[in-house]
Amino acid sequence: MGKYILKRILIAIPVLIGITIIDYAIMCLAGSPLAMLQGPRVTEGAIEAKKIALGLDKPFYIQYFIWLGQLLHGNMGYSIKSAQSVSAMIGSHLGPTLLLMGVSLIVSLLLAVPAGIYSAIHQYSKGDYTVVTLSFLGSSIPGFFLSLLLIYVFTVKLGILPSSGMITLGTEGGAADVARHMVMPVIVLSFSMAGSNIRYIRSAVLEILQQDYLRTARAKGIGRFRVIYKHALRNALVPIVTVIGMEIPMLFGGAIIIEQIFSWPGLGLMTMNAISNRDYPVIMGVCLLSAVVVLIGNLVTDIMYALVDPTIQLQ
Amino acid sequence: MQAEERHELGTRNITTESYWQTVFRRFKRHKLATVSLVILAVLGGAAILAPIIAPYDPNEIVGPFSGAPSKEFWLGTDQIGRDVLSRLLYAMRVSLLVGVMATLISTVIGVILGLFAGYFGGVIDMIIMRFTDMVMSFPYILLVLVAAAIFKPGMWNIILILGFVDWPGIARLVRGNVLSLRETNFIKGNIVAGMSLRHILFSEILPNTVAPILVYATSVLALSMLDEAALSFLGMGVQPPTASLGNMLNGAQSLTVLTSQPWLWLPPGLLIVILVIAINFVGDALRDALDPNSEQ
Repeated sequence: MGKYILKRILIAIPVLIGITIIDYAIMCLAGSPLAMLQGPRVTEGAIEAKKIALGLDKPFYIQYFIWLGQLLHGNMGYSIKSAQSVSAMIGSHLGPTLLLMGVSLIVSLLLAVPAGIYSAIHQYSKGDYTVVTLSFLGSSIPGFFLSLLLIYVFTVKLGILPSSGMITLGTEGGAADVARHMVMPVIVLSFSMAGSNIRYIRSAVLEILQQDYLRTARAKGIGRFRVIYKHALRNALVPIVTVIGMEIPMLFGGAIIIEQIFSWPGLGLMTMNAISNRDYPVIMGVCLLSAVVVLIGNLVTDIMYALVDPTIQLQ
Repeated sequence: MQAEERHELGTRNITTESYWQTVFRRFKRHKLATVSLVILAVLGGAAILAPIIAPYDPNEIVGPFSGAPSKEFWLGTDQIGRDVLSRLLYAMRVSLLVGVMATLISTVIGVILGLFAGYFGGVIDMIIMRFTDMVMSFPYILLVLVAAAIFKPGMWNIILILGFVDWPGIARLVRGNVLSLRETNFIKGNIVAGMSLRHILFSEILPNTVAPILVYATSVLALSMLDEAALSFLGMGVQPPTASLGNMLNGAQSLTVLTSQPWLWLPPGLLIVILVIAINFVGDALRDALDPNSEQ
């Protein structure tokens, strides 16, 4: 087991280095962040000084190694816009995003797992068709359009839910207030995630139900209930683990647009601001962080696989 | 297609039915998908014929500002007096074009990389698949957003960005299929017979993996249309005055439009949902119809 994990980590390292290179190459194509400083009141000399201060006068590959070297010392660079350290910025925005992501992940699993299993057990019934059709709707409706619909209904028409931010301005906040602000973003994120996951879990469970050992279990005459809940569901853990693994990058990406719409003060909002300001150190920091999160997610999925499914060979 | 032919021998229709007839018959069993196909045909036709059937020029100011739907303007007019219905038709044209082109580009890239990785194996396989892992490790939408911010937003850039980001799934799928096909006797036979590499890759292996590619491509089409809409909604995609379904929704970020002018943002939003859900239904039915292991 230890060897297996070690091997997985060793595979992930070159991928991670490659990611930083691609990341950096895209940034180099982007053009200079100094363009954002230019204006009638900024002299040539000031721009030149800024350029040297930011290290932009050196060739790009040297800049890359400088950045990488600093990174290994735990320094992710400083925001060009606000001069804050990138790691501090990420640190202060990480909490709200993790909260939103975590709750959405749990809600989507609570929706998708029972619905997918129900659908598979009652294949081709009316209930199955309804669940599958709804799941298609979930994965087909753009998150931003669903957000607009929800804001229209709950904020504009009914006036019961706040449409932006994390706490009501001018108040202390508190758990209940945060929860009220979270309702709509969580609905949007978990609905779209549950959409594809329901179908995934459904087809995985259908496959399990056709296995020989389940036919044997049924033939032995143990009741339908025990066949499904003791024999089948334990094996359905493997696809459920896969779904959790697949959702991590989706959550990270999906949150960017949703956070922007609901002004949720998380990483997504910070990233959108960094993108529109061409704040490269911040963008690179976020890209790196998210790539690491995705890689760790894949790693954990692989390990979980090995734990739930003893037939997977640990080569 | 050999697997299919062998399978069809077991059914009574083998003498009268071609492969695609079988596929079509299986497809028709899915009622929702058949309806979706008709809807897609109608909407696609309307998009192609937009210059002929649109009542007004989409970029011309022809009516009152923010006029409600009326006999003259079926879906009303937008903030500067352009006809919403005409803009909707042209927007659908742009959105479908972006989706189809991005899907084509990513499919071609994915198929070629997947074929090479699967067939040659070894170092080539490792390099291609590690690169695929890297592209897949970026949260997809973050990569698209960064790329859209760097390159000037516009329709063709969006097509290229989506096309160059969407391929890893197809590459993995094709590679997997090639790996299993490489071990079959008819490919080994080709190698022994001294067929050229190009012939083996494109005339023997590729046709045998078309079905899963087609199914996967429908989901890429749906996804890239959703991404175009999201990007244009954020103002980083197709730029006004060119209408796209996403940027028509952009106006709904203002409170007046959202609360009192629903004809400006509901129709494009609903149209995206209808198009994407129809594509997904068709893809799902195709998956079933093209599956050589499914019954009948």
